[in-house]
Amino acid sequence: MAPVKVFGSAMSTNVVRVLVCLEEVGAEYEVVNIDFQAKEHKSPEHVARNPFGQIPAFQDGDLFLFESRAIAKYVARKHKSADADLLREGNLNEAAMVDVWTEVEAHQYNPAISPIVYECLVNPAMKGLPTNQKVVDESLDKLKKVLEVYEARLSKTKYLAGDFVSFADLNHFPYTYYFMATPHALVFDSYPHVKVWWESLMSRPSVKKLSANMPTSWP
Amino acid sequence: MGMKVYGPAASTNVARVLVCLEEVDAEYELVHVDMPSGEHKNPEHLVRNPFGQVPAFQDGELILTESRAIAKYVLRKGGSQLLRECNLSESAVVNVWLEVEAAHFNSAMSPIIFQCFVVPMVMGGTPDMKIVEENLNKLKKALEVYEARLSKFKYLVGDFFSLADLSHFPTAYYLLGGPHASVIDAYPHVKAWIADIMARPSVKKVTELMKMPSV
Repeated sequence: MAPVKVFGSAMSTNVVRVLVCLEEVGAEYEVVNIDFQAKEHKSPEHVARNPFGQIPAFQDGDLFLFESRAIAKYVARKHKSADADLLREGNLNEAAMVDVWTEVEAHQYNPAISPIVYECLVNPAMKGLPTNQKVVDESLDKLKKVLEVYEARLSKTKYLAGDFVSFADLNHFPYTYYFMATPHALVFDSYPHVKVWWESLMSRPSVKKLSANMPTSWP
Repeated sequence: MGMKVYGPAASTNVARVLVCLEEVDAEYELVHVDMPSGEHKNPEHLVRNPFGQVPAFQDGELILTESRAIAKYVLRKGGSQLLRECNLSESAVVNVWLEVEAAHFNSAMSPIIFQCFVVPMVMGGTPDMKIVEENLNKLKKALEVYEARLSKFKYLVGDFFSLADLSHFPTAYYLLGGPHASVIDAYPHVKAWIADIMARPSVKKVTELMKMPSV
C-alpha cells in the first residue's frame, strides 16, 4: 500500500495537525512540500487538490481530502487500533466528548492563541511586518479566559475528553508549540493543570519527533 | 429525563442542533435562554456551557456544548445515515465539507448576520457596512467554490444528503431573510441546493421555531 501524501510545509501548523495523527497511528506518509513564497498553493495543480488554495491537502490512493481536521480524523479512523483509539467511536459518550473538545479547540482556543503566533512570529519573520501589540493584548485577554475553562476541566480529568488522550488533545499541539516560542509562554504558568497537560503532550514520541522539525527561534 | 437543548431557537447554533433532533424524530425539550438579559452568562448556564454561549445540551448525565459536536451525538444516537460513518471515504468527505461550512461559509456569514440582524434589532445600533462588505467578498469567494462543487454533484459530499449540507441551513436561513439574499442569484447551483435544504420537513419545522418570539 502506497504511503499517503500530505501536501504542504512540514513546519506549517495545519500540516502538523495532520502529521501528529499520522505519527500517533504509525502510518506511512510522505510530505510533499508546497512553496508558499512562490505562491505554489495558488497554482492550478494545488487548487485542484484544495479549492480554497490552502494547505494541507491530502491523498490516499483515489481519495483526495482537504481541511486539516477532516484529514486527521480520516487518518485516526482508518488506522484505529488497540494502541491508537483517538476518536473513541466505540462509545457514544466518549466520542461526543472528543468531538466537544475538538470543536472547543477550533472555535475557542485557536482564535485566541493563533493571532499571538501570527503577530509575534509569522508577521515579523516571514512578512517583515511589525507586531501589532493591540491584537496581541486583546488575544492574551481572550486566551486567559479560555485557559480558565481548561484549568477547571483538567482539574477533573487527565486529558480533555476524559482520562484518555484523544484527537482533541493532539489538535492543540501545533499552535501551542509555536506560542511557547513567543514572549508570552509564561502565561501558562498561572494554570498548573494546563501546564502539566501540555508537558505530557510534549513528551509523547509523536510530538517529540515532529517538534524536531519545527523551529523555536525565528530569524 | 429526555434530551434538553438550552438556548433560543433563533440562534444559528441552536437551530443546527434542533434540526438534527428533528431529522431523527427524537423527543426533546427546548429550554429558552434569554440572551438580551444576559442569561447565558448566569452561573446556572455556565455550569452547562463554561464559555457562556448557546447551545448547551443535556442527555441524562451527559452535558455537551459546541453545536457541531452535539449534532453528531444526536445523529449517531438516532441511527441517522447523515454522517456515513459506515464508510471510511464517505465519512471523510462529510467531515471535509463540515469543516468548510465552519471555516469558510459560517465565518463569513456570522459577522454579516451580527451586523444586519443583531446590531439593529437587539442592540438598536447601525450596521457597520465595512464589516458587511468585507465578509460579503469572503462569502462570494466561498460561493464560487460551492458553485463548482454543486455543478458536479447534487449535494456537497456526492449524490446523497449529509450533515455537511444540513449544517448550512441556519446561516442560509438568515442569508435568505436578510438584505443580501440576492448574492446567491449569481450561483444557480448553490441557489437550488439551498432551496432543496430549506424544503426538508425537519428544516421547515425548525424555521417555524426560529420565527417565534422568546423561543
